[in-house]
Amino acid sequence: MLDHILSILIFFPALAAVFGFMIHKDSMRAYGVAVAVIEFALSLWLWFSFDNGVSGMQFMENIPLIPSFGINYILGVDGISLFILILAAFFTMIGIASLTDTPNVKNMIITLLFLQMTMIGVFVALDGIVFYVFWELSLVPMLYIIGAWGGPMRVYASVKFFLYTFTGSLVMLVGMLFMAYFFYQATGVWSFAILDWYRLILPESFQLWLFAAFFVGFAIKVPMFPFHTWLPYAHGQAPTIGSVILAAILLKMGTYAFIRFSLPLFPDASVYFMYPIAILAIIMIIYTAMVAYAQKDVKQVVAYSSVSHMGVIILGTFALNVEGISGSIFLMIAHGVVSGALFLLVGVIYDRRHTKMMDQFGGLAHVMPKYATIFGIMMMASVGMPLTINFVGEFLSLLGFYEQSHILTLLAGMAIIVGAIYMLAAYKKMFFGEVTIEENRNLPDVNKRELIALIPLVLITIWLGVYPNPVLAPINKSVESVVQLMHNKASTDEAKLRIPNVTGVVISKTTAKEAH
Amino acid sequence: MLSPVNVSLESLNLITLAPMLIPVIGALLILVIDVIKGGLDKSLYVVLSILFLVLDFGALLGAAGVFTKDGNMLGLFNVMLIDGLAILSQFIIVGASMLFIPLAMTNKRFHEFSYPEFFALFLFMISGFQFMVSTDNLILVFVGLETASLALYTLIAMHNRDKSFEAAVKYFTMGALAAGLYSFGAMVFYALTGSIEINQIATVLAANNYVDIGYVLVGVVFMLASFSFKLSLVPFHTWAPDVYEGSSAAMAGYMSIVPKIAAFVVSMRLFEFLIHSGVVWLEIVLWILVVVTMTAANIWALVQTDVKRMLAYSSISHAGFVMAAILIGTTQSNTALFLYWILFSFTNLGSFSMLWMSRQKHIPDHQVSDHSYDKFAGMIKTAPVAASIMALFMLSLAGLPPFALFWGKLYMISSAVTGGYTVLALIMALNSAIAGYYYIKLIVYMFMKEPVIGNDGHMYVSNATLALKSIIGFAAVGTIFAFVLINPLLEFITAFVYNSGY
Repeated sequence: MLDHILSILIFFPALAAVFGFMIHKDSMRAYGVAVAVIEFALSLWLWFSFDNGVSGMQFMENIPLIPSFGINYILGVDGISLFILILAAFFTMIGIASLTDTPNVKNMIITLLFLQMTMIGVFVALDGIVFYVFWELSLVPMLYIIGAWGGPMRVYASVKFFLYTFTGSLVMLVGMLFMAYFFYQATGVWSFAILDWYRLILPESFQLWLFAAFFVGFAIKVPMFPFHTWLPYAHGQAPTIGSVILAAILLKMGTYAFIRFSLPLFPDASVYFMYPIAILAIIMIIYTAMVAYAQKDVKQVVAYSSVSHMGVIILGTFALNVEGISGSIFLMIAHGVVSGALFLLVGVIYDRRHTKMMDQFGGLAHVMPKYATIFGIMMMASVGMPLTINFVGEFLSLLGFYEQSHILTLLAGMAIIVGAIYMLAAYKKMFFGEVTIEENRNLPDVNKRELIALIPLVLITIWLGVYPNPVLAPINKSVESVVQLMHNKASTDEAKLRIPNVTGVVISKTTAKEAH
Repeated sequence: MLSPVNVSLESLNLITLAPMLIPVIGALLILVIDVIKGGLDKSLYVVLSILFLVLDFGALLGAAGVFTKDGNMLGLFNVMLIDGLAILSQFIIVGASMLFIPLAMTNKRFHEFSYPEFFALFLFMISGFQFMVSTDNLILVFVGLETASLALYTLIAMHNRDKSFEAAVKYFTMGALAAGLYSFGAMVFYALTGSIEINQIATVLAANNYVDIGYVLVGVVFMLASFSFKLSLVPFHTWAPDVYEGSSAAMAGYMSIVPKIAAFVVSMRLFEFLIHSGVVWLEIVLWILVVVTMTAANIWALVQTDVKRMLAYSSISHAGFVMAAILIGTTQSNTALFLYWILFSFTNLGSFSMLWMSRQKHIPDHQVSDHSYDKFAGMIKTAPVAASIMALFMLSLAGLPPFALFWGKLYMISSAVTGGYTVLALIMALNSAIAGYYYIKLIVYMFMKEPVIGNDGHMYVSNATLALKSIIGFAAVGTIFAFVLINPLLEFITAFVYNSGY
């Protein structure tokens, strides 16, 4: 069973979703939770069986799909994807468990289970086309979730989300086809296998164009600064569960893909574009932090702060060294936990008051002490307080980039302070002072169902903030081999210099052979 | 004094005619049955047509077997040419016809299907298309084209609505113009080379090194215009949306597939050798034609308020997309053309069948046209299965993986990349994104809007019978599980295209 655990992880939720049509709608929630718990348990089992000493791919599966065109169903997991995968399983579970009264709850849960299939698929696919299939397929459930359960402008928001991402990924698809064609020219066989592509060393001029093509697809997904306009709409209109999954998992697809595709495939281009991208990332951090400060809607504050932190992840990724990349992967998980929790918390208050405007609140700390405490912890984590999960990731990302540029790192560090300002301001507006609005006086505190969702998130936030090693060590191991691969493949002197030579790392060749 | 002509029967290789003659025999039989005993139920004719199409398909399988063994076959004074292209396109023609004809078994009574002539004409039309693709003789192409087209005009008119007559007349006028242009083009080529066989024309033109390039271009212009009419490429597309709107949804779906594959095969035979011989002018014109067709048709489709008209424009756009294969002209692109069209045929036929299934006899007040978008509002609440299947077809047409058409698009764009047409590849990809919008628009109506009050969902399946449901089910299963089929299809098509020298 362990041989096919990745396929099981992908298709179990999908199969369960198909059977879900037969379940009566009153029992649907229990069914959804049960399936998600099993899926999460399976993902934990994967972690348990995962060999921390191996840097390459594990649990690989390879089934020919369209062999004459080099498309094969190849799966595998390494330290980079393992924890994002677990995060995806975890958040689907939390999301379904915390689902408040929703119309059409049956359709919602079936959609969520399909969405889970696509998310897991993206993170374990090792074939360009299989990756693309799941990447694109993830748009459809999200389109439906935003469009059917969202706010008043839901149709506009969902279509904008779909079209933006769809356009970007089609450009990426052309890039993939070029990549496969270059591989065909070099070897005489078509292949879309990522591990095959890793062995291909392209001239710098090709790398630049291909990097750009992939960049469009990934940057829209992240979303990076000039392409970010779809996200506030999507978050603003999406139901709580939609925002949680979007922020916690779907956005990570973009940053994950940078590490899986852009960096190892195009090391020279990565170095060439390092500064422009870092500058975009810093604009993204500062600009969205300022926009967040100006928001009146608490959900928009969280949405913009989420974009802002994605900037730090990009910055860490393009530090192109082990600290930066490991930090950015860790920050992806941290960001998933923290921003997912914040969206859940916003959902809690929205369910009670049906408004998200901060001027409608005030003094909530008196009325809802538990809620205020959890919100406080998550807010602190979001601004990167030491001993919380975000701090580890942000610190490592910035440390990594410090080796490339002192000034830019300083700017980014300043921006994180701005982040503290808007989050604290928002917290103050909502929780401190006197209760001014009569309706707020009798709000019930967080109930049991919400606590089930929130307590684990708080525990993870503190646990991984204090002791990140169980997660960081496997990530580090795999990142070292990626960086080493980049160093070996880099052809320009500049790139050789910028990408450090990780001594003592042997890229495990066995796994590359397994791909055939 | 005329000497007696001695032709041995073997040299005629009459077996090459078998696939075309089977539907002709079927058509005649249907007419004879009607003469002997009139007023029989349509189900008889539907089943008879299917039987003859199955026989036809069997004959094609036989021909495919011979082709894999011996290569190209000539027959009937070397007028017939059975090569890989001919066999592949006939598979598509006959296969799509087999999917189409059960759609006549509707729940409501529609006028046209009560006439046996409908089915006879239908079989004659298939035979015409089969002749058209299995020859490189320009005259036989013309005969096949006209046989098929004249039958098709009548089939459209038989739908018996005001708009159908308008559609038939419009199509007929445009078709007549195209036929005129075609014969002018053929005449120019004959004057230049003294031959009406495409391979002869190619040889003669190559031998004299294209000295008369001016006249060649004149001939090409006529031919290009004629085929652009048939393939509804912009700016020769103006008839298409009106004709689709006027004919029944099932017939519109059929028209978007079968006549076009026949025209594609002839243009492949005619234009590719010219492009390969370095007629740069043709390459540029085709490039513009392809890009304009894809893009403009997509933009028009965005603003339609009727789903059928939207699908009509989308078919134009798909035709433009596929025309790129002829421009690129490599084995891979020609393979992609057939792959794309096979996948397109059941996806598109499926989506038109969904419209056909929801065809009402009387349009309610709130609805502007037969299949306006708001007719489908909130369909997920009233008819969830039908809505999901319709959404599936829309996503497939939009090129969302892993559904059928994605693989066609993938291979087509890949062939553009391999052929060195980088900009074209990007334009093709971006056009798929534009197209995404109008397919999603229908999904938005179906899944995210509230149903009109009083709509109990029955109207979406009002026309449904077991036959219709099976066709749609078949198309849906094919759309979802296409990825299993791609590899065998790809190998089969590549072998056939490559062995016919394209």
